[in-house]
Amino acid sequence: MSIDTQTARRVAKLARIKVEDEALPALAEEFSAILGFIEQLNEVDVEGVEPMTSVTPMRLKRREDVVTDGDQQEKILANAPDAREGFFAVPKVVE
Amino acid sequence: MPDLNKMTIAEARDALARGDVSSVELTEACLAEIEGAAALNAFVHNTPQIALEQARAADARIAAGEAAAMTGIPIGIKDLFCTQGVPSQAGSAILEGFRPEYESTVSQNLKDAGAVMLGKLNMDEFAMGSSNETSVYGDAVNPWKVDDRRLTPGGSSGGSAAAVAADLCLAATGTDTGGSIRQPAAFTGITGLKPTYGRCSRWGIVAFASSLDQAGPMTKTVRDAAIMFGAMAGHDPKDSTSADLPVPDFEAMLSGDIRGKKIGIPGEYRMEGMPQEIEKLWSDGAVMLRDAGAEIVDISLPHTKYALPAYYVIAPAEASSNLARYDGVRFGHRAKLAQGDGITEMYEKTRAEGFGPEVQRRVMIGTYVLSAGFYDAYYNRARKVRALIKKDFDDVFAAGVDAILTPATPSAAFGLGEMTDADPVQMYLNDVFTVTVNLAGLPGIAVPTGLDKSGLPLGLQLIGRPWQEGDLLNTAQVLEQAAGFVSKPDKWW
Repeated sequence: MSIDTQTARRVAKLARIKVEDEALPALAEEFSAILGFIEQLNEVDVEGVEPMTSVTPMRLKRREDVVTDGDQQEKILANAPDAREGFFAVPKVVE
Repeated sequence: MPDLNKMTIAEARDALARGDVSSVELTEACLAEIEGAAALNAFVHNTPQIALEQARAADARIAAGEAAAMTGIPIGIKDLFCTQGVPSQAGSAILEGFRPEYESTVSQNLKDAGAVMLGKLNMDEFAMGSSNETSVYGDAVNPWKVDDRRLTPGGSSGGSAAAVAADLCLAATGTDTGGSIRQPAAFTGITGLKPTYGRCSRWGIVAFASSLDQAGPMTKTVRDAAIMFGAMAGHDPKDSTSADLPVPDFEAMLSGDIRGKKIGIPGEYRMEGMPQEIEKLWSDGAVMLRDAGAEIVDISLPHTKYALPAYYVIAPAEASSNLARYDGVRFGHRAKLAQGDGITEMYEKTRAEGFGPEVQRRVMIGTYVLSAGFYDAYYNRARKVRALIKKDFDDVFAAGVDAILTPATPSAAFGLGEMTDADPVQMYLNDVFTVTVNLAGLPGIAVPTGLDKSGLPLGLQLIGRPWQEGDLLNTAQVLEQAAGFVSKPDKWW
């Protein structure tokens, strides 16, 4: 499948990665090459096969529904690029 | 006694127990080697202070008669593992300055067993790569050299492989999503084990593709892999996919006896255009195992061909989801914003600046295959093919096969920069023999068994039944001893 620059632009947008317009054609070409490679999967007969959800037949463990963690605001904010008054700070979201 | 940094874990452990050497001496020897090995760019964050503190504690512990499996053994930790208070960047610019407030379960387990951390090791960015060339720290360099070229140590655990092969540490941690332990181990003439999915906790390891990622040891010998693996593995309530199974004494399972074991040789791994020397390495390996009393049988894994394309849907899909967390809000890099930029611009600029080209490519491929309209055609189809790949292995094991022997890589180490102009798919082919194992969640081990005609190491891979790493390690050790691989790179760095 061939990817056009329009699709490349849309994918970059969905992935929240800024790609300059002049970089889009090369990106589209790379996508096309990779997707062309992936396309081989269409040769496989998957009729009646369930998609794998877990590689080991294991039941997920359950635990008591209780709070086991918390009270570490300082640690959580320690690596933030911008933390103020106990919060993460971001550019204005609501006009 | 050999140079202290050149010791195996087993040798060092025994020397420590006898009192012939102290952990501080071992650690100082390694730190000095690391100091002199900047040209390899293997260690990217050195932690000599932590190391010496831990070494002194280890010596006290040994003196008190309380030594555990790894007590006093100096090791390196791949940058993908979060280590408390120590930079943990996953080889990426987007995690620049990140110092976790917590320790990954695997590195904590090693700490608890008394291991000494020398520092953090170079790797491909977010473990996405097969040559260590996507790292923000620059290329790690293979200590093996046969001409003017600088060779890749493989990837993504390239720094770990280079450091162990160059004797900068006694062993190192790696992680393996599609071959990232086994391929670099093969490229550098060391041993690398990818355990069964769920054997080692993934908690605190920066996630790439959560259904495939697994941590494992990279060591100088199979025995060392058994020792170190035992200290890394175990159930962890913090990782819901970690298996609640007892961890056996893997070292005690190295009986050296593989008589009657059935070793499968999968016809589908005989790839078109496979170099003759790889083919010979492989058949020589089969002969060695047969001579040791194993039965060699031809087997078929019919969906092998589709493993790489399935992987390049599933791994990017999971990566696109896992890497959504790098948004410039909670940790790591945030782009400088222009007047009027809102939160969307912040995300987009941060991720464009913070992620390298290969990571961007995979995140976007993953986004595409998961997007509305393509989810079924790509992602669900790949998961169905994955189920078929696993069934191939299930069938073979049900027929009585104990382990499967394959080449570890399609070639020896290549030169850094040689693949720059190739399309990304060419690089992906490096993982052709290893990626099936991740898709099926099985244990696999790469063991060095020979040299190519230019003098570079080549390895074979053994694939085992789920949870039977002890048996797998035993077979691997038989292969290791029969091959008698003792070559080391000449020191040029």
